[in-house]
Amino acid sequence: MIGKESVAGRIVKFAFLGVWLLFTVFPLYWITVTSLKAPGDIFHFPLAYWPERFSLENYSGLFGTADFGTYLTNSLIVSTVAGATATAISMLSAYVLARFEFRTKSALLMAALVTQMIPSFIALGPLYLLMTDLKLVDNRFGLILVYIAVCIPFCTVMLRGFFENIPDALEEAAMIDGLSRFTALFRVLLPVMRPGIVAAFIFNFVNCWNELFLSVTLMNSDSNKTVPTALNGFISGFNIDWGSMSAAAVLTILPTMLLFAFASRHIVQGLTSGAVKG
Amino acid sequence: MSVTSTSTAKTTGSGRGEASRKRGLPQGGGRRREFTTRRGLQIAAFMAPAAVFVAVFTYYPMIAGGQMAFRNWKLTDLTDTSWVGLKNFRDVFADPAWGTVLGNTAVWVVGSIVPQLVIGFALALWLRRRFRFRGLYQALIFFPWAISGFLIGILFRWLFNSEFGVVNDLLQKAGLIDEPIAWLADPKTAMVAVLIANIWYGVTFFAIMILAALQSIPDELYEAAALDGASKSRTLFQITIPYIRTTLALTVLLRVIWIFNFPDLIFGMTGGGPNNETHIVTTWMIKITQQGDYGRASALGLLVVAALLVFAVFFLMATREKKGVRS
Repeated sequence: MIGKESVAGRIVKFAFLGVWLLFTVFPLYWITVTSLKAPGDIFHFPLAYWPERFSLENYSGLFGTADFGTYLTNSLIVSTVAGATATAISMLSAYVLARFEFRTKSALLMAALVTQMIPSFIALGPLYLLMTDLKLVDNRFGLILVYIAVCIPFCTVMLRGFFENIPDALEEAAMIDGLSRFTALFRVLLPVMRPGIVAAFIFNFVNCWNELFLSVTLMNSDSNKTVPTALNGFISGFNIDWGSMSAAAVLTILPTMLLFAFASRHIVQGLTSGAVKG
Repeated sequence: MSVTSTSTAKTTGSGRGEASRKRGLPQGGGRRREFTTRRGLQIAAFMAPAAVFVAVFTYYPMIAGGQMAFRNWKLTDLTDTSWVGLKNFRDVFADPAWGTVLGNTAVWVVGSIVPQLVIGFALALWLRRRFRFRGLYQALIFFPWAISGFLIGILFRWLFNSEFGVVNDLLQKAGLIDEPIAWLADPKTAMVAVLIANIWYGVTFFAIMILAALQSIPDELYEAAALDGASKSRTLFQITIPYIRTTLALTVLLRVIWIFNFPDLIFGMTGGGPNNETHIVTTWMIKITQQGDYGRASALGLLVVAALLVFAVFFLMATREKKGVRS
């Protein structure tokens, strides 16, 4: 491939890879260790790199005094429904953009790119007013609608990359056999597309799960808050309770990390399948 | 994030899909050409749900927000929302903190993108060759991407805590500093700290994109270079980089747009402090929004869009592939 590696070269390489791995993993290790210390031990010198006394007190506090279970449930519902719906809708638009040639196509792709360029804050005020008119403020269904719209542009582009990797002949053969375009898409293409669909859904789910500003703007009451909104509430005070905060951070990171690990191969493929063709 | 849209847009005209449609299957292909109304209706029907959602919940609020930039729009007093021309823009520029905010934005974008690109490139080059546990390694270094910018801010806020932060502890143990540093209280070190956090987060994206591009380079090119006795650095600059320049350029473009528009991390880590010294344009926009001045915040937003559009156009023109470079 790229010539032979010298011994010195290999040492440099693996040293670099090792240092980077440590740098990447350490912050997560540290927040986890902090969350498992007894609250008093967090502010204790010397700092303990391994908890002297393991304690789940920080976690039990989250579900006792704070209502973190509700926030987790809200986030789970909103992210799952919005992520799945956005994936389904994006399938249709991605399919058209991959398989048809038409005049407004490049304009549509530009419109998708522009959504990435505009700072979301410019839309927050009007969106709040719109949702007030629709009576969807502080309503999980309202947040789901908004998140679907947020996910669609990128999800469409990602799925389009997957569609383009599948030969046209597949659904054309089905259509010659008398299936409509829509039926062919569902019966023939969907099964082949499964890895791409899973990747797109997980990507959407993670984006919704992590979204902060829209959720802070639209959800007011405690029973409707999502996880990021709750975290934001933790830091708004002057003193941060780092014990609860680190436990909350671990609980927030865990689901998305597991999902990401599960589908990372497909997600990488989804991110890159279009980009490397050019 | 739409690397894919721009790059694939270029290739679709002569793409594989279109070619096979022209070639075979007279029945299916022919029918689609004859009944253009029916074809148009199909396209419209498939696009409609996506278009409706994005139009209602993204474009309508954006446009409505854009016009607020030219009105007196303050949450504190909504009785007067008259048109004020360019007043909001003048207010933005007249703000004494504006210079600092602009400077910080430049430091934030350049200071993030350069290390991300360099480290990401190095990782991609070294990950190209198979080694044991490479898959596990990739999975481990890719995960920061699954965490929200806001939460990363909180995470690093704890690491850089002046009293109980592990960064100070490690530096003291290593004998590099004698006294704990109040990282987030001093403007200079606060900026360094947010940059480190952002590098931690963003290297992954470069590594993924560049690794994918590297894997598309045919081995024969390297074999030929090796036969010619080309050195490693020569191979890098004359084969590797030219071959993946499209991906490189698009990734850089996207990341610049994205880092520019990424208030989440700073918002979670310093909230723009101390004393406004880590504010970038978009966190500044949040602050003004929170003060209720939607008019001025929107003016700021339009300036961001204008700046990014101009940058995107110039960048694309400057890095457009010259014909024959790759042959």
